[in-house]
Amino acid sequence: MTKILTRAGLAILAALIGVYLILPVLIVVPMSFSDSSFLTFPPGELSLRWFRNLVEDPVWIGSALASLKVALLSAVSSVVLGVLASLALVRGRMPFRNTIIAILLAPLIVPYVIIGLASYIVFLQLGLTQTTLGFVLVHTCLAVPYVVINVVAGLVSVDRRVEMAAMSLGAGPVTTFFQVTLPLILPSVLSGGLFAFFISWDEVVTAIFLSGPELTTLPVQMWSGIRVQIDPTVAAISTIVMLVIFGSFIVLGLTRLIRQLAHRRSATNSSATNTGA
Amino acid sequence: MTSAPADSSTGRLRGRPLSLRLSLWARFDGWGALVLPLLVVLVLVFGLPLAVMLSRSLTDPSFGLQNYSDVFANSVYLRVLGNTFLIATIVTAVTLALAYPYAYLMTLVGPVWRMIMMGLVLVPFWTSILVRSFALVLFLRDTGAFNSALQSLGVIDEPIPLIRTLPGVVFGMVQVALPFAVLPIFATMQGIDRRLLQAAESLGDRPAGAFWRVFVPLSVPGVAAAVLLTFVQALGYYITPALLGGPKNTMIGELIVQQVSTVLRFGFAAALATLLLVTTLLLLVVAGRFVDLQKHLMRQS
Amino acid sequence: MTADLETPAAKTSTGAPISIGAVSKKYGDNTVLESVDLDVRAGEFLTLLGASGSGKSTLLNIVAGFTRPTSGTVQVDGRDITSLPPHKRGFGMVFQHYALFPHMSVADNVAFPLKRQKVAKPEIRRRVAEALELVELGDLGGRRPSELSGGQQQRVALARAIVFRPRVLLMDEPLGALDKLLREQLQLEIRRLHQEMGITFVFVTHDQDEALTMSDRIALLRDGRIVQLGTPEQLYAEPNCRYTAEFVGASNIFTGAVRGTSFADEVNGRSYRITGDADQSGKSLMIRPERLGIASADAPVPDTAEHVEAVVEDCIYLGSSRTVQLRTPAGQLLVARTDVPRDPDEVVPGARVKAFWDVRDACVLD
Repeated sequence: MTKILTRAGLAILAALIGVYLILPVLIVVPMSFSDSSFLTFPPGELSLRWFRNLVEDPVWIGSALASLKVALLSAVSSVVLGVLASLALVRGRMPFRNTIIAILLAPLIVPYVIIGLASYIVFLQLGLTQTTLGFVLVHTCLAVPYVVINVVAGLVSVDRRVEMAAMSLGAGPVTTFFQVTLPLILPSVLSGGLFAFFISWDEVVTAIFLSGPELTTLPVQMWSGIRVQIDPTVAAISTIVMLVIFGSFIVLGLTRLIRQLAHRRSATNSSATNTGA
Repeated sequence: MTSAPADSSTGRLRGRPLSLRLSLWARFDGWGALVLPLLVVLVLVFGLPLAVMLSRSLTDPSFGLQNYSDVFANSVYLRVLGNTFLIATIVTAVTLALAYPYAYLMTLVGPVWRMIMMGLVLVPFWTSILVRSFALVLFLRDTGAFNSALQSLGVIDEPIPLIRTLPGVVFGMVQVALPFAVLPIFATMQGIDRRLLQAAESLGDRPAGAFWRVFVPLSVPGVAAAVLLTFVQALGYYITPALLGGPKNTMIGELIVQQVSTVLRFGFAAALATLLLVTTLLLLVVAGRFVDLQKHLMRQS
Repeated sequence: MTADLETPAAKTSTGAPISIGAVSKKYGDNTVLESVDLDVRAGEFLTLLGASGSGKSTLLNIVAGFTRPTSGTVQVDGRDITSLPPHKRGFGMVFQHYALFPHMSVADNVAFPLKRQKVAKPEIRRRVAEALELVELGDLGGRRPSELSGGQQQRVALARAIVFRPRVLLMDEPLGALDKLLREQLQLEIRRLHQEMGITFVFVTHDQDEALTMSDRIALLRDGRIVQLGTPEQLYAEPNCRYTAEFVGASNIFTGAVRGTSFADEVNGRSYRITGDADQSGKSLMIRPERLGIASADAPVPDTAEHVEAVVEDCIYLGSSRTVQLRTPAGQLLVARTDVPRDPDEVVPGARVKAFWDVRDACVLD
């Protein structure tokens, strides 16, 4: 009897926590469709004016494009450096392995405020603040641990013998990597890249330090949109960003499902015509 | 007995001082050397600025520990430090109180519900921290949903001030920290063999007793990891406390940004940042002895 | 599998001889291979036989180039290839778990080495089809490896390893993952492939039946050394030591000492005549089960035979032959293999018999 009560109590508590977890989503999305410029909740009339504002206002467009550029470049550089490092960790020998791993994972631990301040101090001297290069350098450092963790997990599950077979058939190490290993770890690489993209796209703390009149990323623009005067356009942006993120995950999940279904169907086809050995 | 293509049989290297540098490079094989580009970038872009920041704290505006003594001499700054620790502690406690039962229920329900519950936990990861904090501002402010709902239900007459108060900051920070705590606790709980509880009950323990005497102690590693990660992260939060907190709840992150952007005291800000960094590292190193951090960090992504 | 190679011209490669010279492999203090010398003749089917840990796979990997020997050389056709990386050696290789490229179709898998050699596309198509025909998988080119059975996958691996006409084919326990029936089938097919292609096959296995079935010569390895190198018949009938006798084929072994022209069986307390050229320091006398005859307890044995008394414990019928388990009064278990007689004879469980053998059939070993 007490078990049922405690279970019920747990369930209610968990439900409340669940709502708590997705509370922001529940608030922001309806907000972005509100007609009022006073950010009331529940919203009054519905309209798309904030989405329109987003598309028409050059300030928002400018920062969005800047964020896009930085995020794409950061994703690419994180993936390249991260894949190389993953190969080294899984396949290679190196001195002070544990120290190197600690360095590779360090950005996960250090608070972004500190990274932002430190980068700002140095980049100011080097003239790298408010530049795409500066952003990409910092965001790459922030994102790379996630890429490494993903790709290492993928690499470890690749059967070494497949690579050995490729070598025995005449493929050198580089050819083997591109023809055999990379296709097999592609899901990990892509999800690492996606991670890196979104980390950079969303990143606000270090961006606050590095932004300025010449270059401002979208999150920083939103930050001032909240801090200075509350602009409902921010709600619209949030909704779009959430849609994009959820959308890409649904697409990823769907493609994986489709591939699995296709395999299963052709497997059952072939086993029907299978005559054994 | 297959071995790596780059296998070499050099075994132990005798460290003669003359060839020490050479032998260091020789311990990188072809594959191992691929880590160097990333290592170089991290050291230059991540490590070097941290070192520069540290030195700045000791040289700007004057040489020495002036900045640090300023921090500890001034009651305003001391209060910020105290606030930071206090808020981090409260946030960690509240987060744990919520994460534990949530994770526990996740182990009890069927696979579909578990997936849904896990999905809810992962949603915050995919909404930016800015968005979340912003939404909570809308929710908690005097004209926000929370107060409006309570007022329309007749529970209260006047709006409860939640923005710029401690409860507000805690509310916001727990929302951010919760997923990071649920994951390691759930992972550890999943690994607990149900049959141990059954064994305890068969030996005469009541279900509740079995829970407290068997399950809870076994879940401690995950809880410890969660507590450590939550506390350490909470120390360094900036966005959420800045948006939801008032002047009385300032945390060190906001103080750092303020010192840089408004009064341009780089050296002082660097000192504050160094203090935060050292505290973070110390906590991780000391408590990391008792907690398998690498495993939990890996699982988070 | 009766498809022939298309034209005589297609069989353009001949086997290469491999010379393994004083190859050792150590991992720290652990010695896996101890100064191994082995000459693989051109075009022969050589099996590296041994228990796990004997070093046979390590030796194969050294020949393939995936492992560097601590010392020693590997030469092919007189050329020293010890430091040559695996992708430049041009040896075909087949692995126990097939190692097919899961993201490529069967045809693309087989075409892989040809693409590395920059063979023209129409030629690639032709040779892939030819290789698949050879392993009887002609119409499965479009499939993915995951859609094939284990036996089929291993055939694809074979096709892939031979399509580029290597002069040497290395096989690392390729049949280990297959069930018994499939294994025996593929054993014969691999042997047939060898006879048709005429190239050098180096085969690694721990299964002595497999080694006896397929090989021209067998190298038995133990703890990193070659214990005996010879044809299957030599290893079976003329083992040079007790280990070989016990590893290859079933055996009956009496333990004791050689005294001049007789062997003193310490366990059973008897003495047997032995052939004159026996090793005086030998401690074992070995007789193969099919050389052990059974006579009733009171029947005489021929002059040229020795015998020991025993009681029949069990008769196991295997169709045309039977395996008889006997126990001596001292408790030693003996195994005899005889034909099944037309009329039932005295060999029944519980019967007291004499187990006898021709003196020339007994081998003195260490």
